[in-house]
Amino acid sequence: MSFSLARFRAVLVKEFIQMRRDRITFAMMIGVPIMQLLLFGYAINSDPRHLPTLVEMADDGPASRAILMGMQTSGYFEVEGVVTSAEEGDRALRDGTASFVVVIPPDFERDVVRGHSPDILLAADASDPAAAAGAMGAISGIVSTAISETLTGALSYAASSPPPFGVVVHRQFNPEGETSTNIVPGLLAIILSMTMTMITAVAIVRETERGTMETLISTPVRPAEVMLGKILPYVIVGYVQTGVFLAAAQILFAVPFLGSPLAFFVGFNLFIIVNLALGFMISTIARNQMQAMQVSFFTLLPSILLSGFMFPFAGMPGWAQAIGSVIPATHFLRLVRKVMLKGAEMADIATDLWRIGIIMAVIVVIALRRYRQTLD
Amino acid sequence: MSEHAISVRGLTKSFSGRKVVDNLEMVVPKGSIYGFLGPNGSGKTTTIRMMCGLLTPDAGEGDCLGFDILRQSGQIKENVGYMTQKFSLYEDLTIRENLDFVARMYRVRNRTARVDRALDELGLADRAKQLAGTLSGGWKQRLALAACMIHEPAVLLLDEPTAGVDPKARRDFWDEIRRLAAKGVTVLVSTHYMDEAVQCDYIAYIAYGKKLIDGLAREIPSKVGLSTWLVEGPDIAALEATLRKDPGVGQVARFGTVLHVSGIDKEALAKVAERETAKKTHDWTRKEAGLEEAFIYLMAHSEDNFGNGGQAQ
Ligand SMILES: Nc1ncnc2c1ncn2[C@@H]1O[C@H](COP(=O)(O)OP(=O)(O)O)[C@@H](O)[C@H]1O
Ligand SMILES: [Mg+2]
Repeated sequence: MSFSLARFRAVLVKEFIQMRRDRITFAMMIGVPIMQLLLFGYAINSDPRHLPTLVEMADDGPASRAILMGMQTSGYFEVEGVVTSAEEGDRALRDGTASFVVVIPPDFERDVVRGHSPDILLAADASDPAAAAGAMGAISGIVSTAISETLTGALSYAASSPPPFGVVVHRQFNPEGETSTNIVPGLLAIILSMTMTMITAVAIVRETERGTMETLISTPVRPAEVMLGKILPYVIVGYVQTGVFLAAAQILFAVPFLGSPLAFFVGFNLFIIVNLALGFMISTIARNQMQAMQVSFFTLLPSILLSGFMFPFAGMPGWAQAIGSVIPATHFLRLVRKVMLKGAEMADIATDLWRIGIIMAVIVVIALRRYRQTLD
Repeated sequence: MSEHAISVRGLTKSFSGRKVVDNLEMVVPKGSIYGFLGPNGSGKTTTIRMMCGLLTPDAGEGDCLGFDILRQSGQIKENVGYMTQKFSLYEDLTIRENLDFVARMYRVRNRTARVDRALDELGLADRAKQLAGTLSGGWKQRLALAACMIHEPAVLLLDEPTAGVDPKARRDFWDEIRRLAAKGVTVLVSTHYMDEAVQCDYIAYIAYGKKLIDGLAREIPSKVGLSTWLVEGPDIAALEATLRKDPGVGQVARFGTVLHVSGIDKEALAKVAERETAKKTHDWTRKEAGLEEAFIYLMAHSEDNFGNGGQAQ
C-alpha cells in the first residue's frame, strides 16, 4: 500500500486532460496575469510615514543632532539607529531593513559656519517611489529649519540664504522613480496568490461537488498520489504565468531584472508551492466551488492590502504589519523586488525564504490533518 | 474459507446526531445476488459506503472478503467494485479515458487490452471518444458498471444501479448481473424497485436505518406473515374504500380490477372475508402472500414510522 507512481501518473494525466478541456479556466490562467499587469501598472499613490532610517554621523554636534530631531518629528523618518560605514548602510537598504540612510559628513557644523556649504547625503531605497517621494521632498526643509534653530545668534548670518549646506539625494534601485517599476514586480506575488490558490481549491472541491471524489477514493488511490497528481499540473501553470509575467514586465513596463535568476527561481517555486498548499487547505474547508472561490478571495484581500503591495509596508500601523508578516505574499513581494530591482543574490533573500518556509509548514500540516480519505 | 463475502454486525452511523444506520447486521453469502431494499433515505447508501471503507462507522464491526472493514479498507478497495448511486465518473473525460483512468487506479494488467474488451462488451467501442457527460442515463449506468468491474472484483456493490433507467435497459442490466453471479461474483445491489427484488437470491429490507427483515427471497413473504385474499367483482373502487376503513384489514392493493386484501391478523381478516362473502356481491379467494404484498406491507409499515421515526431514540 505504498505510493504508486502509476496511479500518481494517472491522476496527473487526468488533470491535464481536464485542464485542457476546461477552456475558460485555461484562458483565465493566462489572461489574468496580463489583465492585472495592465490594471495595476498604473501608479498607486500614497504618502507613507515613519519609514525606517539609519544615520551615519561623522559629526555629532548640536546642529547634526537637531537635524536628526527634525527628521524624527517630521513624521517621515523613523530614526532607528546608526551605521558606521557606507557598506553597512548599503546592505541595510538592499535587504530592506532601512528605507533611508542619512550621511552627515565630518565637520559638518564647522563647515556650515565657515560657509563651505557641506553636503548631507540622503540615500533612499527608491524601489518603492511612492514611499520615498514624500520624505525626499521634505528633507531640505527639515535640515534648514534645524540649522537656523541651532545656529542662532553669532552664527545666524550663516543660516541666511543662500543655504549654507546642500542635500544630495541618491535614489537607489529605481533612479527614475517609476511607480510601475515597483508595482509590477509586486504584482507577481498577487497574480500567483490569486490564481494558484483559487485554481487548486476549486479543482479539488469540484471532485467533491460533482461526486467524482467518491469514485476516486473508492479505488485504492493514496492521498499523496491525489495531492501530488492534482498539484503538479498547476505548478506548471504557475511557471507559464511567471513566464508571461516576466515577458510583459520587460516589454510593457521595461522593468529591469538585476539580481540572480537562481534566487528568483527558488523564490517563486517556493511561493507557488505555498499557494498550492493553501488552495489544498481551502479545499478541505469549502463544500462547493463557490465557497472555494470565496474563501480563496478572502485570503487574497490581505495579500493585496497588507503585504506592502498597495501601501508601503513600513508605513502601515503596527497591527496591519503584524497581519502582513504572516502572509506569504508579503515576503515574496520583498523577495521579488529585491531580486528584480536591487540585484539581490541568494544570501540577500534568505530571510524571506525561511519565513515563507515556516508559513508553508503550518499550512501543509493543517491541510494534511484536515484531508479525509473517506466521505465523513 | 468463509462462505460469506460480507458480514457486518452492529453497524451504526449518525449524521449530526441522527442515527441513519442503526445497529445493522447483514451477512451476504458468497456468489449470491443480495437485494438491499428500503425506501429513500433509509440508509442503504450509507451502509454500502461503510462496507467499502468510504465512511467510518460510529460503532460495529465486520469483514468483507475476510478483510476488516475498519482497518483494512485498502485491501477491500482492491477487491471490491463499487458503483455509486449518482453517476460519478468524469463527465469531461471520454468513455475510454474514464475506463483507462479507473484501470490505472487498480493497476490492471494488460490495461489497454482490458479497456478494449470492456468497450466491446459495452457495445461502445465505436463511441469510445465520446465524452461521458454526453451519454444518456442508461448508457452512463452501463459505463459505470463496466468501470467498477474493470479490475474483475470478487464483490460488486451496486447502489441503485437501475434508478431512472428505462425498462429495457433494466432488463439488460439484470441479465448482466445474473451472468456475473453465475461466474461466482458476489453482488450486493440496493434498489427501491419491488419488481427487482424477485431477481435476488437474498433480500434485506431496511427502513430508518433499522433492518426490518432479511433472508432468502422466497421465504420473505412467509416471514412477514401476511395472509392475503383476492377480491373480484363489480364496483371495486367503492369496496376498496370501505375495506380501507375496516380495522380488520391491514392493507388493500389494487391490481386492475382485482383487490389484494392482506393483513397480519389472520383471524380478523378471515372474519372480514366471511362477512363480505355473505353479501354475495364479490368473490373472495385465499391466496399465498407474495413478495409484492410483503413489500407493500413493509413500506406502509415503515411509512408509519415517518412522523416519529428516523430520529435517534
Ligand atoms: N454525508 C451526509 N451528511 C448528512 N446526512 C447524510 C449524509 N449522507 C446521508 N445522509 C442522510 O442519511 C439518511 C440516509 O441516507 P442514505 O444512506 O443515502 O439513504 P438511501 O441510500 O437509503 O436513500 C438520509 O436522511 C440522508 O439525508
Ligand atoms: Mg441511496
